[in-house]
Amino acid sequence: MPKPEEVKYTKTHEWLHVQGPEATVGLSDHAQHEMGDIVFVELPKADQAVEKEKPCAIVESVKSAFDIHAPVSGRISALNEGVAKEPVLVNQSPLDKAWLFKIKLSNPAQVKDLMDWTAYQEFIKQGRG
Amino acid sequence: MATAAAVRKTALNETMRKAGGKMVDFHGWELPIQFEGILKEHAAIRNSAGVFDVSHMGQLFVTGADSFKLLQKTNANDLRKAVAGKGVYSHLLNEKGGLVDDIIAFCLALNRYLVIVNAATSEKDFNWLSAQAARMNVKVENKSDDYSMIAVQGPNVPKMMELMAPEAVKLPRFGIAGKKLFGADCFISRTGYTGEDGFEITAPHAVITGIWNQVMELGKPYNLIPCGLGARDTLRLESGYLLYGVDADDDHTTYEANYGWVVCLDKGGFTAKDLLVKQKTEGVKRKLTGVALTSAGVPRPGCKVFWNGKELGELASATYSPTLKKGIGVGYLSAPGLKTGEPLEVEIHGKKVPAEVHKVPFHKGTAFTFKL
Repeated sequence: MPKPEEVKYTKTHEWLHVQGPEATVGLSDHAQHEMGDIVFVELPKADQAVEKEKPCAIVESVKSAFDIHAPVSGRISALNEGVAKEPVLVNQSPLDKAWLFKIKLSNPAQVKDLMDWTAYQEFIKQGRG
Repeated sequence: MATAAAVRKTALNETMRKAGGKMVDFHGWELPIQFEGILKEHAAIRNSAGVFDVSHMGQLFVTGADSFKLLQKTNANDLRKAVAGKGVYSHLLNEKGGLVDDIIAFCLALNRYLVIVNAATSEKDFNWLSAQAARMNVKVENKSDDYSMIAVQGPNVPKMMELMAPEAVKLPRFGIAGKKLFGADCFISRTGYTGEDGFEITAPHAVITGIWNQVMELGKPYNLIPCGLGARDTLRLESGYLLYGVDADDDHTTYEANYGWVVCLDKGGFTAKDLLVKQKTEGVKRKLTGVALTSAGVPRPGCKVFWNGKELGELASATYSPTLKKGIGVGYLSAPGLKTGEPLEVEIHGKKVPAEVHKVPFHKGTAFTFKL
Protein backbone atom coordinates (compact mmCIF):
# COMPACT_ATOMS: atom_id res chain seq x y z
CA MET A 1 0.00 0.00 0.00
CA PRO A 2 1.50 3.37 -1.00
CA LYS A 3 1.67 6.12 1.60
CA PRO A 4 -0.32 9.30 0.79
CA GLU A 5 3.01 11.11 0.35
CA GLU A 6 4.18 8.60 -2.26
CA VAL A 7 1.49 9.12 -4.88
CA LYS A 8 0.64 11.91 -7.31
CA TYR A 9 -2.65 13.81 -7.32
CA THR A 10 -4.95 15.44 -9.87
CA LYS A 11 -7.08 18.56 -9.47
CA THR A 12 -10.08 16.23 -9.76
CA HIS A 13 -8.89 14.27 -6.67
CA GLU A 14 -7.62 11.04 -8.20
CA TRP A 15 -4.33 9.60 -6.97
CA LEU A 16 -1.81 7.91 -9.24
CA HIS A 17 0.90 5.50 -8.13
CA VAL A 18 3.43 4.84 -10.88
CA GLN A 19 5.22 1.49 -10.89
CA GLY A 20 7.33 1.23 -14.01
CA PRO A 21 5.24 1.22 -17.21
CA GLU A 22 2.01 0.88 -15.22
CA ALA A 23 0.20 3.16 -12.74
CA THR A 24 -2.54 2.45 -10.19
CA VAL A 25 -5.44 4.94 -9.83
CA GLY A 26 -7.84 5.64 -6.97
CA LEU A 27 -9.83 8.39 -5.27
CA SER A 28 -8.03 10.56 -2.72
CA ASP A 29 -8.75 10.28 0.99
CA HIS A 30 -9.83 13.93 1.00
CA ALA A 31 -12.37 13.29 -1.78
CA GLN A 32 -13.88 10.17 -0.19
CA HIS A 33 -14.27 12.10 3.04
CA GLU A 34 -16.02 14.97 1.28
CA MET A 35 -18.32 12.63 -0.65
CA GLY A 36 -19.50 10.59 2.31
CA ASP A 37 -20.75 7.01 2.12
CA ILE A 38 -19.83 5.47 -1.24
CA VAL A 39 -22.52 3.05 -2.45
CA PHE A 40 -21.62 2.37 -6.09
CA VAL A 41 -18.52 2.12 -8.28
CA GLU A 42 -18.57 1.76 -12.06
CA LEU A 43 -15.18 0.71 -13.42
CA PRO A 44 -13.85 1.26 -16.95
CA LYS A 45 -13.83 -1.67 -19.38
CA ALA A 46 -10.89 -4.03 -19.50
CA ASP A 47 -8.33 -2.93 -22.10
CA GLN A 48 -10.21 0.34 -22.70
CA ALA A 49 -8.11 3.25 -23.99
CA VAL A 50 -8.27 6.23 -21.61
CA GLU A 51 -7.28 9.82 -22.17
CA LYS A 52 -5.72 12.17 -19.64
CA GLU A 53 -8.36 14.23 -17.76
CA LYS A 54 -11.30 12.47 -19.46
CA PRO A 55 -13.89 10.64 -17.28
CA CYS A 56 -13.55 6.87 -17.40
CA ALA A 57 -15.23 5.61 -14.20
CA ILE A 58 -17.92 6.70 -11.72
CA VAL A 59 -18.03 6.65 -7.94
CA GLU A 60 -21.37 7.42 -6.31
CA SER A 61 -22.28 8.37 -2.77
CA VAL A 62 -25.83 8.36 -1.38
CA LYS A 63 -26.19 11.98 -2.44
CA SER A 64 -24.19 12.38 -5.64
CA ALA A 65 -22.21 10.93 -8.53
CA PHE A 66 -18.53 11.72 -9.02
CA ASP A 67 -16.62 11.19 -12.28
CA ILE A 68 -13.21 9.55 -12.05
CA HIS A 69 -10.84 11.03 -14.63
CA ALA A 70 -7.83 9.25 -16.04
CA PRO A 71 -4.83 11.09 -14.56
CA VAL A 72 -2.77 10.08 -17.60
CA SER A 73 -3.40 8.60 -21.04
CA GLY A 74 -2.99 4.91 -21.76
CA ARG A 75 -4.82 1.62 -21.74
CA ILE A 76 -6.61 -0.07 -18.82
CA SER A 77 -4.46 -3.01 -17.74
CA ALA A 78 -6.23 -4.13 -14.53
CA LEU A 79 -9.53 -3.56 -12.74
CA ASN A 80 -10.33 -3.93 -9.05
CA GLU A 81 -13.56 -5.95 -9.14
CA GLY A 82 -13.47 -6.11 -5.33
CA VAL A 83 -14.24 -2.41 -4.97
CA ALA A 84 -17.14 -2.70 -7.44
CA LYS A 85 -18.59 -5.44 -5.21
CA GLU A 86 -17.88 -3.54 -2.00
CA PRO A 87 -17.98 0.23 -2.71
CA VAL A 88 -17.61 1.11 0.99
CA LEU A 89 -13.91 0.20 0.60
CA VAL A 90 -13.47 3.62 -1.03
CA ASN A 91 -14.28 5.13 2.39
CA GLN A 92 -12.41 2.56 4.44
CA SER A 93 -9.24 2.12 2.44
CA PRO A 94 -8.98 4.70 -0.38
CA LEU A 95 -5.26 4.15 -1.07
CA ASP A 96 -5.11 0.40 -0.65
CA LYS A 97 -8.10 -1.92 -1.00
CA ALA A 98 -10.05 0.65 -3.02
CA TRP A 99 -7.59 1.12 -5.88
CA LEU A 100 -9.88 1.37 -8.92
CA PHE A 101 -7.84 0.42 -11.99
CA LYS A 102 -4.37 0.32 -13.51
CA ILE A 103 -3.27 2.13 -16.64
CA LYS A 104 -0.45 1.10 -18.97
CA LEU A 105 1.01 4.52 -19.66
CA SER A 106 1.18 5.68 -23.29
CA ASN A 107 2.90 8.94 -22.43
CA PRO A 108 4.87 8.67 -19.15
CA ALA A 109 5.91 12.32 -19.43
CA GLN A 110 2.35 13.31 -18.39
CA VAL A 111 3.09 12.18 -14.82
CA LYS A 112 5.11 15.29 -14.14
CA ASP A 113 1.99 17.45 -14.72
CA LEU A 114 0.44 15.98 -11.56
CA MET A 115 0.68 17.40 -8.04
CA ASP A 116 2.81 15.87 -5.34
CA TRP A 117 1.50 15.50 -1.77
CA THR A 118 2.60 18.96 -0.67
CA ALA A 119 1.10 20.67 -3.70
CA TYR A 120 -2.15 18.70 -3.28
CA GLN A 121 -2.41 19.71 0.39
CA GLU A 122 -1.96 23.33 -0.66
CA PHE A 123 -4.55 22.86 -3.43
CA ILE A 124 -7.12 21.56 -0.88
CA LYS A 125 -6.30 24.32 1.60
CA GLN A 126 -6.99 26.97 -1.02
CA GLY A 127 -10.51 25.55 -1.25
CA ARG A 128 -10.24 24.63 -4.90
CA GLY A 129 -11.03 21.03 -4.09
CA MET B 1 -40.04 37.17 -3.03
CA ALA B 2 -36.66 38.42 -1.96
CA THR B 3 -33.78 37.47 -4.23
CA ALA B 4 -30.32 36.46 -3.03
CA ALA B 5 -31.59 36.55 0.55
CA ALA B 6 -29.12 35.62 3.25
CA VAL B 7 -29.32 31.99 4.25
CA ARG B 8 -31.47 31.58 7.37
CA LYS B 9 -30.15 29.89 10.47
CA THR B 10 -32.23 27.91 12.92
CA ALA B 11 -31.93 28.45 16.66
CA LEU B 12 -29.99 25.18 16.76
CA ASN B 13 -27.39 26.26 14.18
CA GLU B 14 -24.51 26.54 16.65
CA THR B 15 -25.53 23.26 18.33
CA MET B 16 -25.55 21.49 14.93
CA ARG B 17 -22.08 22.79 14.09
CA LYS B 18 -20.67 21.75 17.44
CA ALA B 19 -22.16 18.28 16.99
CA GLY B 20 -20.20 17.97 13.73
CA GLY B 21 -22.99 18.79 11.29
CA LYS B 22 -21.91 19.30 7.68
CA MET B 23 -23.97 22.39 6.92
CA VAL B 24 -25.60 23.04 3.54
CA ASP B 25 -28.03 25.56 2.10
CA PHE B 26 -31.39 23.78 1.97
CA HIS B 27 -33.95 25.99 0.24
CA GLY B 28 -32.55 29.06 1.98
CA TRP B 29 -31.98 27.39 5.36
CA GLU B 30 -28.60 26.37 6.67
CA LEU B 31 -29.05 22.82 7.94
CA PRO B 32 -26.86 19.74 8.43
CA ILE B 33 -26.86 17.34 5.48
CA GLN B 34 -25.12 14.78 7.70
CA PHE B 35 -23.06 14.33 10.84
CA GLU B 36 -20.94 11.17 10.72
CA GLY B 37 -22.57 9.71 7.62
CA ILE B 38 -25.89 9.16 5.92
CA LEU B 39 -25.77 5.34 6.14
CA LYS B 40 -24.99 5.38 9.86
CA GLU B 41 -27.75 7.91 10.56
CA HIS B 42 -30.25 6.05 8.39
CA ALA B 43 -29.48 2.81 10.26
CA ALA B 44 -29.78 4.55 13.64
CA ILE B 45 -33.32 5.71 12.86
CA ARG B 46 -34.36 2.30 11.49
CA ASN B 47 -32.79 0.29 14.34
CA SER B 48 -32.47 2.53 17.40
CA ALA B 49 -32.95 6.31 17.55
CA GLY B 50 -31.98 9.63 16.02
CA VAL B 51 -32.86 13.30 16.24
CA PHE B 52 -33.20 15.97 13.52
CA ASP B 53 -33.38 19.74 13.60
CA VAL B 54 -36.47 20.46 11.49
CA SER B 55 -36.90 24.07 12.58
CA HIS B 56 -37.30 25.15 8.96
CA MET B 57 -40.81 23.63 9.01
CA GLY B 58 -43.63 26.15 9.32
CA GLN B 59 -46.45 26.60 11.84
CA LEU B 60 -49.78 28.18 10.94
CA PHE B 61 -52.43 28.67 13.62
CA VAL B 62 -56.05 28.65 12.51
CA THR B 63 -58.49 29.80 15.18
CA GLY B 64 -62.05 31.00 15.49
CA ALA B 65 -65.62 29.78 15.02
CA ASP B 66 -65.06 28.94 11.32
CA SER B 67 -61.64 27.31 11.68
CA PHE B 68 -62.99 23.81 11.03
CA LYS B 69 -65.04 25.11 8.12
CA LEU B 70 -61.99 26.74 6.50
CA LEU B 71 -59.77 23.67 6.87
CA GLN B 72 -62.51 21.27 5.77
CA LYS B 73 -63.10 23.37 2.64
CA THR B 74 -59.43 23.67 1.64
CA ASN B 75 -58.24 20.12 2.42
CA ALA B 76 -58.60 16.77 0.65
CA ASN B 77 -58.77 14.81 3.91
CA ASP B 78 -61.68 14.91 6.34
CA LEU B 79 -60.90 17.24 9.24
CA ARG B 80 -63.52 15.47 11.34
CA LYS B 81 -60.78 12.88 11.93
CA ALA B 82 -58.80 15.60 13.70
CA VAL B 83 -60.68 15.61 16.98
CA ALA B 84 -59.11 17.60 19.83
CA GLY B 85 -55.65 16.17 20.50
CA LYS B 86 -55.31 14.57 17.08
CA GLY B 87 -53.95 15.53 13.71
CA VAL B 88 -54.55 14.42 10.16
CA TYR B 89 -52.14 14.28 7.22
CA SER B 90 -53.73 16.08 4.31
CA HIS B 91 -53.29 17.90 1.02
CA LEU B 92 -54.12 21.56 0.81
CA LEU B 93 -55.75 21.76 -2.63
CA ASN B 94 -55.78 24.40 -5.31
CA GLU B 95 -58.69 24.83 -7.73
CA LYS B 96 -57.17 22.32 -10.19
CA GLY B 97 -56.91 19.60 -7.53
CA GLY B 98 -53.15 20.15 -7.36
CA LEU B 99 -51.31 20.49 -4.09
CA VAL B 100 -50.75 23.90 -2.55
CA ASP B 101 -48.86 21.88 0.05
CA ASP B 102 -48.94 18.65 2.01
CA ILE B 103 -49.55 19.34 5.68
CA ILE B 104 -50.51 17.95 9.06
CA ALA B 105 -53.48 19.75 10.65
CA PHE B 106 -53.71 19.21 14.42
CA CYS B 107 -56.79 20.12 16.41
CA LEU B 108 -55.44 21.54 19.68
CA ALA B 109 -58.91 22.36 21.06
CA LEU B 110 -62.30 23.33 19.74
CA ASN B 111 -61.79 26.04 17.10
CA ARG B 112 -58.02 25.97 17.47
CA TYR B 113 -55.75 24.24 14.93
CA LEU B 114 -52.01 24.01 14.45
CA VAL B 115 -51.08 23.34 10.83
CA ILE B 116 -47.52 22.12 10.21
CA VAL B 117 -46.46 23.14 6.72
CA ASN B 118 -43.34 22.85 4.57
CA ALA B 119 -40.63 25.47 4.92
CA ALA B 120 -40.61 26.81 1.37
CA THR B 121 -44.41 26.97 1.22
CA SER B 122 -45.34 28.48 4.60
CA GLU B 123 -45.92 31.96 3.19
CA LYS B 124 -47.78 30.58 0.18
CA ASP B 125 -50.00 28.41 2.41
CA PHE B 126 -50.69 31.34 4.71
CA ASN B 127 -51.71 33.50 1.75
CA TRP B 128 -53.84 30.73 0.26
CA LEU B 129 -55.69 30.00 3.51
CA SER B 130 -56.14 33.71 4.22
CA ALA B 131 -57.66 34.25 0.77
CA GLN B 132 -59.99 31.27 1.24
CA ALA B 133 -61.04 32.62 4.63
CA ALA B 134 -62.78 35.67 3.18
CA ARG B 135 -66.13 36.29 4.90
CA MET B 136 -65.39 33.59 7.48
CA ASN B 137 -65.04 34.13 11.18
CA VAL B 138 -61.51 32.76 11.39
CA LYS B 139 -58.00 33.98 12.08
CA VAL B 140 -55.02 32.54 10.18
CA GLU B 141 -51.62 33.34 11.66
CA ASN B 142 -48.18 32.42 10.36
CA LYS B 143 -46.10 31.74 13.48
CA SER B 144 -43.28 29.98 11.61
CA ASP B 145 -40.75 32.55 12.80
CA ASP B 146 -41.67 31.92 16.46
CA TYR B 147 -41.07 28.17 16.65
CA SER B 148 -38.27 25.69 16.38
CA MET B 149 -38.91 22.01 15.84
CA ILE B 150 -37.03 18.76 16.34
CA ALA B 151 -37.96 15.25 15.26
CA VAL B 152 -36.95 12.37 17.56
CA GLN B 153 -37.37 9.16 15.58
CA GLY B 154 -36.71 5.44 15.83
CA PRO B 155 -37.96 2.28 17.55
CA ASN B 156 -36.12 3.09 20.82
CA VAL B 157 -37.64 6.57 21.09
CA PRO B 158 -40.82 5.73 23.08
CA LYS B 159 -38.69 4.10 25.82
CA MET B 160 -36.43 7.14 26.17
CA MET B 161 -39.34 9.58 26.00
CA GLU B 162 -40.83 7.90 29.10
CA LEU B 163 -38.22 9.86 31.01
CA MET B 164 -38.94 13.22 29.39
CA ALA B 165 -42.66 13.24 28.62
CA PRO B 166 -44.42 10.08 29.82
CA GLU B 167 -47.80 11.39 28.68
CA ALA B 168 -46.48 11.63 25.10
CA VAL B 169 -45.77 7.91 25.03
CA LYS B 170 -49.51 7.29 25.45
CA LEU B 171 -50.30 9.31 22.32
CA PRO B 172 -51.69 7.46 19.31
CA ARG B 173 -50.19 8.06 15.84
CA PHE B 174 -50.90 11.69 14.91
CA GLY B 175 -51.80 12.47 18.50
CA ILE B 176 -50.62 15.79 19.93
CA ALA B 177 -50.30 17.14 23.47
CA GLY B 178 -49.32 20.48 24.95
CA LYS B 179 -46.38 20.19 27.32
CA LYS B 180 -44.33 22.59 29.43
CA LEU B 181 -40.67 22.06 28.66
CA PHE B 182 -38.06 24.29 30.31
CA GLY B 183 -40.93 26.53 31.39
CA ALA B 184 -42.24 27.15 27.88
CA ASP B 185 -45.44 25.96 26.19
CA CYS B 186 -44.49 23.30 23.65
CA PHE B 187 -46.27 20.69 21.57
CA ILE B 188 -45.35 17.03 21.26
CA SER B 189 -46.90 15.00 18.46
CA ARG B 190 -46.50 11.34 17.51
CA THR B 191 -45.52 12.09 13.94
CA GLY B 192 -42.49 12.05 11.69
CA TYR B 193 -41.10 11.76 8.20
CA THR B 194 -38.99 8.63 8.58
CA GLY B 195 -41.47 5.74 8.67
CA GLU B 196 -40.43 4.92 12.24
CA ASP B 197 -42.25 5.58 15.47
CA GLY B 198 -41.28 8.82 17.16
CA PHE B 199 -42.18 12.33 18.11
CA GLU B 200 -41.92 15.86 16.82
CA ILE B 201 -41.46 18.61 19.36
CA THR B 202 -42.49 22.15 18.46
CA ALA B 203 -41.09 24.72 20.87
CA PRO B 204 -40.19 28.41 21.13
CA HIS B 205 -36.59 29.19 20.07
CA ALA B 206 -35.56 30.08 23.63
CA VAL B 207 -35.97 26.53 24.92
CA ILE B 208 -35.12 24.38 21.88
CA THR B 209 -31.41 24.05 22.69
CA GLY B 210 -32.27 22.84 26.19
CA ILE B 211 -34.70 20.32 24.73
CA TRP B 212 -32.16 19.13 22.15
CA ASN B 213 -29.49 18.66 24.82
CA GLN B 214 -31.90 16.76 27.04
CA VAL B 215 -32.89 14.47 24.15
CA MET B 216 -29.20 13.82 23.37
CA GLU B 217 -28.51 13.02 27.04
CA LEU B 218 -31.56 10.79 27.55
CA GLY B 219 -30.89 9.11 24.23
CA LYS B 220 -27.36 7.95 25.08
CA PRO B 221 -28.38 4.55 26.49
CA TYR B 222 -30.67 4.11 23.48
CA ASN B 223 -27.96 4.73 20.85
CA LEU B 224 -29.52 7.99 19.73
CA ILE B 225 -27.40 10.11 17.38
CA PRO B 226 -27.93 13.46 15.65
CA CYS B 227 -29.08 13.01 12.04
CA GLY B 228 -29.10 15.22 8.96
CA LEU B 229 -31.19 15.93 5.90
CA GLY B 230 -29.41 13.24 3.87
CA ALA B 231 -30.76 10.42 6.03
CA ARG B 232 -34.10 12.20 6.36
CA ASP B 233 -34.45 12.01 2.56
CA THR B 234 -33.52 8.33 2.20
CA LEU B 235 -35.82 7.43 5.11
CA ARG B 236 -38.81 9.34 3.77
CA LEU B 237 -38.38 8.02 0.23
CA GLU B 238 -38.24 4.40 1.45
CA SER B 239 -41.43 5.16 3.38
CA GLY B 240 -43.19 6.57 0.32
CA TYR B 241 -43.61 10.03 1.81
CA LEU B 242 -43.86 12.92 -0.64
CA LEU B 243 -41.28 15.68 -0.85
CA TYR B 244 -43.20 18.82 -1.73
CA GLY B 245 -41.75 20.71 -4.68
CA VAL B 246 -40.22 17.47 -6.01
CA ASP B 247 -42.81 14.66 -5.89
CA ALA B 248 -45.82 16.89 -5.40
CA ASP B 249 -46.71 20.38 -6.56
CA ASP B 250 -49.48 22.64 -7.81
CA ASP B 251 -49.64 20.79 -11.14
CA HIS B 252 -50.15 17.22 -9.93
CA THR B 253 -53.30 16.09 -8.13
CA THR B 254 -53.56 13.92 -5.04
CA TYR B 255 -54.73 10.98 -7.19
CA GLU B 256 -51.80 11.44 -9.57
CA ALA B 257 -49.48 11.44 -6.57
CA ASN B 258 -50.97 8.00 -5.73
CA TYR B 259 -52.26 9.39 -2.45
CA GLY B 260 -55.93 8.65 -3.17
CA TRP B 261 -56.43 7.54 0.46
CA VAL B 262 -56.09 11.19 1.50
CA VAL B 263 -59.15 12.25 -0.53
CA CYS B 264 -62.44 11.93 1.37
CA LEU B 265 -65.09 12.44 -1.29
CA ASP B 266 -67.92 11.78 1.18
CA LYS B 267 -67.12 14.65 3.53
CA GLY B 268 -69.22 17.30 1.73
CA GLY B 269 -68.02 20.10 -0.51
CA PHE B 270 -64.35 21.10 -0.77
CA THR B 271 -61.96 22.77 -3.18
CA ALA B 272 -61.68 20.97 -6.56
CA LYS B 273 -64.00 18.16 -5.45
CA ASP B 274 -65.72 17.94 -8.87
CA LEU B 275 -62.40 17.60 -10.64
CA LEU B 276 -61.22 14.94 -8.23
CA VAL B 277 -64.50 12.98 -8.51
CA LYS B 278 -64.06 13.02 -12.29
CA GLN B 279 -60.45 11.91 -12.01
CA LYS B 280 -61.36 9.10 -9.65
CA THR B 281 -64.07 7.86 -12.06
CA GLU B 282 -62.04 8.20 -15.25
CA GLY B 283 -58.67 7.29 -13.78
CA VAL B 284 -55.42 9.22 -14.01
CA LYS B 285 -53.20 9.45 -17.08
CA ARG B 286 -50.00 9.62 -15.07
CA LYS B 287 -49.22 8.34 -11.62
CA LEU B 288 -46.36 8.65 -9.16
CA THR B 289 -44.94 5.13 -9.42
CA GLY B 290 -42.32 3.32 -7.38
CA VAL B 291 -39.27 2.10 -9.32
CA ALA B 292 -36.46 -0.13 -8.02
CA LEU B 293 -33.33 -1.11 -9.90
CA THR B 294 -32.81 -4.84 -10.37
CA SER B 295 -29.09 -4.37 -10.97
CA ALA B 296 -26.36 -2.19 -9.48
CA GLY B 297 -26.45 1.59 -9.89
CA VAL B 298 -27.84 4.71 -8.28
CA PRO B 299 -30.79 6.43 -9.95
CA ARG B 300 -31.06 10.20 -9.54
CA PRO B 301 -33.86 12.75 -9.95
CA GLY B 302 -34.40 13.40 -13.66
CA CYS B 303 -33.43 9.90 -14.84
CA LYS B 304 -35.73 8.77 -17.66
CA VAL B 305 -37.85 5.64 -17.21
CA PHE B 306 -38.63 3.26 -20.09
CA TRP B 307 -41.10 0.42 -20.49
CA ASN B 308 -40.74 -1.84 -23.53
CA GLY B 309 -38.53 0.83 -25.05
CA LYS B 310 -41.10 3.58 -24.60
CA GLU B 311 -40.27 6.58 -22.43
CA LEU B 312 -42.86 6.89 -19.66
CA GLY B 313 -41.49 9.85 -17.75
CA GLU B 314 -38.67 10.62 -15.35
CA LEU B 315 -37.87 10.06 -11.71
CA ALA B 316 -38.78 12.90 -9.37
CA SER B 317 -36.99 11.53 -6.31
CA ALA B 318 -34.38 8.80 -6.51
CA THR B 319 -31.50 7.56 -4.42
CA TYR B 320 -29.71 4.54 -3.06
CA SER B 321 -31.92 2.80 -0.50
CA PRO B 322 -29.80 1.83 2.52
CA THR B 323 -32.50 -0.58 3.75
CA LEU B 324 -33.22 -2.33 0.43
CA LYS B 325 -29.57 -1.96 -0.62
CA LYS B 326 -30.51 -0.96 -4.15
CA GLY B 327 -31.48 2.05 -6.19
CA ILE B 328 -35.05 3.29 -5.74
CA GLY B 329 -37.13 6.22 -6.92
CA VAL B 330 -40.57 7.56 -7.69
CA GLY B 331 -41.68 9.29 -10.84
CA TYR B 332 -44.81 10.36 -12.67
CA LEU B 333 -45.15 7.61 -15.29
CA SER B 334 -47.61 7.86 -18.15
CA ALA B 335 -48.76 4.25 -17.72
CA PRO B 336 -50.71 4.32 -14.46
CA GLY B 337 -51.83 0.68 -14.69
CA LEU B 338 -48.39 -0.94 -14.43
CA LYS B 339 -48.27 -3.80 -11.94
CA THR B 340 -45.63 -4.40 -9.28
CA GLY B 341 -42.74 -6.33 -10.77
CA GLU B 342 -43.33 -5.08 -14.32
CA PRO B 343 -39.88 -4.73 -15.95
CA LEU B 344 -38.64 -1.20 -16.65
CA GLU B 345 -35.38 0.46 -17.59
CA VAL B 346 -33.89 3.56 -16.01
CA GLU B 347 -31.41 5.65 -17.96
CA ILE B 348 -28.38 6.37 -15.77
CA HIS B 349 -25.26 8.10 -17.13
CA GLY B 350 -26.57 7.48 -20.67
CA LYS B 351 -27.09 3.74 -20.17
CA LYS B 352 -30.34 1.84 -19.70
CA VAL B 353 -30.26 -0.09 -16.43
CA PRO B 354 -32.78 -2.89 -15.64
CA ALA B 355 -35.44 -1.97 -13.09
CA GLU B 356 -38.98 -2.87 -12.09
CA VAL B 357 -42.16 -1.33 -10.78
CA HIS B 358 -41.99 -1.49 -6.98
CA LYS B 359 -44.72 -1.12 -4.41
CA VAL B 360 -44.74 2.06 -2.34
CA PRO B 361 -43.83 2.31 0.52
CA PHE B 362 -40.62 0.52 -0.36
CA HIS B 363 -40.15 -0.27 3.33
CA LYS B 364 -42.58 -0.25 6.24
CA GLY B 365 -40.98 0.82 9.50
CA THR B 366 -42.46 0.92 12.99
CA ALA B 367 -44.73 3.87 12.11
CA PHE B 368 -46.64 1.53 9.78
CA THR B 369 -46.97 -1.29 12.31
CA PHE B 370 -47.69 1.03 15.23
CA LYS B 371 -49.78 -0.27 18.13
CA LEU B 372 -50.33 1.46 21.45
